Amino acid sequence: MLRKVNGQEVDIRPILIKDCSFPSPFPAGLEFSSPARGTWNIAHQGMLIPEAHEIFVCAASCLRGVVLTAYEMKAEKRFSTVAVEEQNLLEGNMEDLIIDGVSDIIDQLSPKPPCVLVYTSCVHHFCGCDLEMVYRELRSRYPDIDFTDCYMNPIMRKSGRTPDQIMRSRFYSLLKPREILPGSVAFIGNDFSMEKDSTLYKALSLSGKTIFELTECKTYEEYQQMAQAEYYIADYPSAKVAGEDLSERLGGKFLYLPFTFSYDEIRKNVEKLSSVLSIVKPDFEKEVGICEQALQEAYLKIGDTPIAIDYTAFTRPLGLARLLLTHGFQVKRIYVDAFIGEEKDDFDFLSEKYPELEIWPTLSAQMRFAADHEKTDYLCIGQKAAHFNTAPHFVNICENGGFYGYQAITGLCRLMLEAKENEKDIRTLISKKAWRCESCI
Amino acid sequence: MKQTSRILSTYSADTFGVASSLFELGGMVIIHDASGCNSTYTTHDEPRWYDMDSMLFVSAISEIEAIMGDDNKLISDIEEEATRFHPRFIAIAGTPIPAMTGFDAQSVAMQIENDTGIPSFGFTTTGMKPYISGASTAFTELVKRFAKKDVPKEHHVMNILGLTPLDFSTNGQCESLRRIFTENGWKVNCTLAMNTSWKSIENIGKAEINLVVSSTGRETGVYLREAFGTPFIEGVPYGKALTGKILENMDKISCHESDHAILFSPGKPSNNYIIGEEIASLSLAEALRLETGMDFSVLCPTGEGELLRDSDRFTPYEEDITDALNGAETVISDPIYRNVLDDKVHFIPLGHEAFSGRIFRKDIPDLIGDITYISEKLKKRR
Repeated sequence: MLRKVNGQEVDIRPILIKDCSFPSPFPAGLEFSSPARGTWNIAHQGMLIPEAHEIFVCAASCLRGVVLTAYEMKAEKRFSTVAVEEQNLLEGNMEDLIIDGVSDIIDQLSPKPPCVLVYTSCVHHFCGCDLEMVYRELRSRYPDIDFTDCYMNPIMRKSGRTPDQIMRSRFYSLLKPREILPGSVAFIGNDFSMEKDSTLYKALSLSGKTIFELTECKTYEEYQQMAQAEYYIADYPSAKVAGEDLSERLGGKFLYLPFTFSYDEIRKNVEKLSSVLSIVKPDFEKEVGICEQALQEAYLKIGDTPIAIDYTAFTRPLGLARLLLTHGFQVKRIYVDAFIGEEKDDFDFLSEKYPELEIWPTLSAQMRFAADHEKTDYLCIGQKAAHFNTAPHFVNICENGGFYGYQAITGLCRLMLEAKENEKDIRTLISKKAWRCESCI
Repeated sequence: MKQTSRILSTYSADTFGVASSLFELGGMVIIHDASGCNSTYTTHDEPRWYDMDSMLFVSAISEIEAIMGDDNKLISDIEEEATRFHPRFIAIAGTPIPAMTGFDAQSVAMQIENDTGIPSFGFTTTGMKPYISGASTAFTELVKRFAKKDVPKEHHVMNILGLTPLDFSTNGQCESLRRIFTENGWKVNCTLAMNTSWKSIENIGKAEINLVVSSTGRETGVYLREAFGTPFIEGVPYGKALTGKILENMDKISCHESDHAILFSPGKPSNNYIIGEEIASLSLAEALRLETGMDFSVLCPTGEGELLRDSDRFTPYEEDITDALNGAETVISDPIYRNVLDDKVHFIPLGHEAFSGRIFRKDIPDLIGDITYISEKLKKRR
């Protein structure tokens, strides 16, 4: 598509999936920040731990985003900051700054929080700050408070574990060993509670299993009760590390049952769970039949409407495109900056069967000019797709939205039909940070 | 402890000041950072992000690039996009990690300019200073580079310096400033840098006088006085009385009856406070003194506090601000400051985007030429 930039026409273009490299279809370069803000950040996620107090130790430019996050979600009383200034870098007193700063804040808090999440940043990593000593000292000063080390260091996103993986793990690091409750399960690493009719939740609850979820905890004690779980389940790719770490530390058994739109994989995941835990399995054939009917009904209404999907809506955008395309839907565009390894099979399938499918980046500098503010008739799944296509008909969902299994397919069909029927206010909805989180905006 | 904030927000940083000041001018601004600074700025500090296709990008520096000092990738990435998008200029703004690794923004800018022929700036921002520092430098460097030197002065032409949404939001204050001076016989050339043309920047030297409306414009005012002989006045025309005083002084200075103006009367110690950016807060204090007879002390948490009176105080720290406000009767400030005030304090909210971002944007009043919004609220208490 052509766009006017400073009076000159610039061609803004995708890569066709047949020409894409896997897993990185786009070269690294300058990056653009889309105004779609629905994904959660580490300040939102830390607040899921009830009664926790967050203290960020960073430079002003880094603090600004998270302190205003806390205000927007009305959690400012659970949030404090220690500002790193230039003299701290020059004088090498970073450890003192953290210890004294965190202590100063804790001393002002009444009542004292049961736990404090201390977030350090890129500068601490680069200046070789002795964080072990810092936490040792803090624990010694405040023996009644649980501390954990959290990180806001996006510069490490290409170095081993990603910041997202690390943080989803750290939020469970405060759990202390407890007597195991046989047959109980904890869902790990999600920002949203599992829908009660989602395939895994339903199978577990019908089987009378105790289910723990961070998102459902109301007190710090309830949070600690998660340590009773015999099994940890993660379905979100970035949460896999959290489950592995927790299993290694507390001894429970970890199952990675990835979110998927594939009937075979859903069944495989349920079978995997049932191989270790006695559960009421769904009637697979019947569930597939219900999904097929939902897809047909959705297709009848949606027909040839062009569809765009972005990676923030579901962790398997290629899998979703495959499901929809093989049921007649006209998926034209996928917005994703990198593919996850789990999607290789779907990538190969789509490359072969639907080679003209457009793969668009979201971060590439050219995307500054992708949205032309004229409404289009695209039906979009995800906020970024809605923004780039200026599509008021969109499914407003992030990070799988608590969906899982067959329910994810029927639930998505329902949301697509709703989106087809009703326009949404794109700007208002996508500008709110953290989908489903409380917001004063 | 000075550097801790139990509950108060953080003022926007120098990096964002650069971005905000150059946003509308057709350039390409690159924040040299891993990630996060771009979304923070565009979410909280940039109300124009959704509506204007300004070229603001982040370099997405990685750990290995930072450790190895790989500036070539940055240069190559910028040059590639610049060749495609033809920006009017290029500006690179640093953040904490480039500050730590000793990134030489100016040399990199020089190389990019040599390679592309596009005027380029390197700003040694650190992300640890206030927005005023970044915006001041960006405005000044812009004017130094692009202002035509041989422009003759024109009668009753003025510029307004120091306009960004961080201090003036996008609620019409910029337009009100232009209107109020136009209605009083002045021709407003440049409103640096909101709703202004590129030509007005090139011709900034033709003004007889510059009005500096925030600390972000002071450095440029000083430069224009030295390089173009243009005098400047610092103040925001809040309310009718202060507007009249500013206009009167502008006439005197432009007619060379005087070379400076002291707009702000010496303050008397007071338990009434205005918290905020220096020039705006002093202007509001003066406007309220003139129209209501009430004295206000100014508490300035950002910038440098050059104009502050004996009754005012400069401090960026929550501890000092909390102490200073102990015993306050009336406070006019961004609503976030309410968190450190006693319930008995008569509080008048006045949102400031550089502090609370977009949270109170809808409620920020336009006080240019009319401070009824504030004076009515003060009357209620009386």
